[in-house]
Amino acid sequence: MKHARTIAIAFLAIVGVACLLPGIFSASDYAHQFRDIPNAAASHEHWLGTDDLGRDRFSRVLYGTRVSLLLAPTAALIASLLAATIGGAAGFLGGWMERLVMAGTDLFLSLPWLFLLITVRALLPLNVAPLTSVIITFALLGCLGWAAAARVVCADASSLRNSDFILLAHASGSGGWRLLWRHLLPNLMPVLYAQFWISIPVFILTEANLGILGLGVSEPMPSWGSLLRELESYSTISSNPWQFVPLLLFILVVSCFHMVVVDRELPA
Amino acid sequence: MFRGPALQHKNTFRDLAKCAATILATVLLGGLLGATLLRFAPGYGVDEAELDTRLSNGSIQAMRQANGPDENLLTFYAHYLGRMLHGDLGISRTLQRPVAQLVAERLPETLKSLGLGLLLGWLLGLGMAIAVTLSRTRVVDTFAGLLSGILLCVPAAVLALLFVLARAPARLVIGVIIFPKVFRYARNLLARSAALPHVLMARAKGVGESRVLLWHILPTAGPQLLALFGVSVSMALAAAIPVEVLCDLPGIGQLAWKAALGRDLYLLINLTMIVTLVTLIANSASDFVGHAFRTSAA
Repeated sequence: MKHARTIAIAFLAIVGVACLLPGIFSASDYAHQFRDIPNAAASHEHWLGTDDLGRDRFSRVLYGTRVSLLLAPTAALIASLLAATIGGAAGFLGGWMERLVMAGTDLFLSLPWLFLLITVRALLPLNVAPLTSVIITFALLGCLGWAAAARVVCADASSLRNSDFILLAHASGSGGWRLLWRHLLPNLMPVLYAQFWISIPVFILTEANLGILGLGVSEPMPSWGSLLRELESYSTISSNPWQFVPLLLFILVVSCFHMVVVDRELPA
Repeated sequence: MFRGPALQHKNTFRDLAKCAATILATVLLGGLLGATLLRFAPGYGVDEAELDTRLSNGSIQAMRQANGPDENLLTFYAHYLGRMLHGDLGISRTLQRPVAQLVAERLPETLKSLGLGLLLGWLLGLGMAIAVTLSRTRVVDTFAGLLSGILLCVPAAVLALLFVLARAPARLVIGVIIFPKVFRYARNLLARSAALPHVLMARAKGVGESRVLLWHILPTAGPQLLALFGVSVSMALAAAIPVEVLCDLPGIGQLAWKAALGRDLYLLINLTMIVTLVTLIANSASDFVGHAFRTSAA
């Protein structure tokens, strides 16, 4: 398992570097249209051919991967921070506060994830600039994806609140804030790390689903959702099998995140 | 401690009442949340027709009054609930038809897809989990783990597209989406149950594998498996959106997508509330049956 994790981290690092420096690997911009060669086959100039608008597919894969790989962790960070604040405070304070927060969390969790997302997405303007759509999509994922993590954090904080070392610190005169910062938060960090890593593949998958449904990142900005949407063009797919490359890369990247998560979850 | 049948019935009714009250409170709170989002969404009560330059200020004000009267949130929600109690879920702005009628038309389609999908997902998932637990060979475990691992990494929408490409029956996609989640949880639960001392003892005494499974492993994992069933209904409902959209199945998921693209917020909030109600009922029913199962086993 350790080897699998090392390979997964190495693969993610390679993909990450390639996406952060797309100019080294691809000469063309993701939005540049080679109008005379739409739906071109893979060649020296265009490693994965071009799409129906003549845009270099390899370049779009690199930029699209960058969007997802940079922003899914950002959304996961927002969700983890919200979970830490809401779940941690509820677990630490206990009593009616804990019950109230948990009732709110249960309400959130009873709404099916994709229904909640498209409902809230539809409440916001749909025809927006590509950059705004990126921010809206990932901010929504971060702001709505905290509930499950908050439940776990709350349960952990609640058991820590009643643990011997917290009682001892309390008896030694540690106040509320000091207890929270010096004793509770450091002990919540492993749970928060785990929740952070679990959220990343979930958000990547959700963005892809939203993108394919036309409710994610808007064109011409590429993202995995819009790249995978190309699989809808059934007429060209049999003659252009390289259209499956984004899907293959997607599966590999998400599997690598899962491997990292599984390893973090395994007991030492 | 022995409890008489009368006391047991009384407790069952009390639990049922508590369960129903929780569902009602959650739906009411969810509705309030939805109404809040709807009431304060950008563009609430504004119609595209207002862009017509020939209209006077008075006409625009009259249109706004008709589209969404200027009332506070609680009044708005109270009116909404009042109409809902009379079976009036409002009119869809984009489809120009009563929401109740649209839901009545499309709900059976979604329920059919969900039923088939859940059946397939559970047959595959639980079947493979049982095979892995009983065979105790690395090959079966690796194959099932790899298959479920790959399926977990494919977005539901892509699976739906691949089914369309392969001309496979669209209703089965939900089953393929549910399968890896059911398999992973069920495998862990069954493995934990199979490692319990009484199961090891039964095996050591030479009890047959099928008897070990039916009498010792499944009853221990039963309540958690039932809880997982409740969760899988929620997963299947979420998967229904991309599946119905991409496979062109006229169900609730497709309706929600159309409502989202057309910013038909009224329809969308109603659909979300209905789906939440279905999820809550499924979760509560599985919890309830699990609880009864545990009580009878004790």
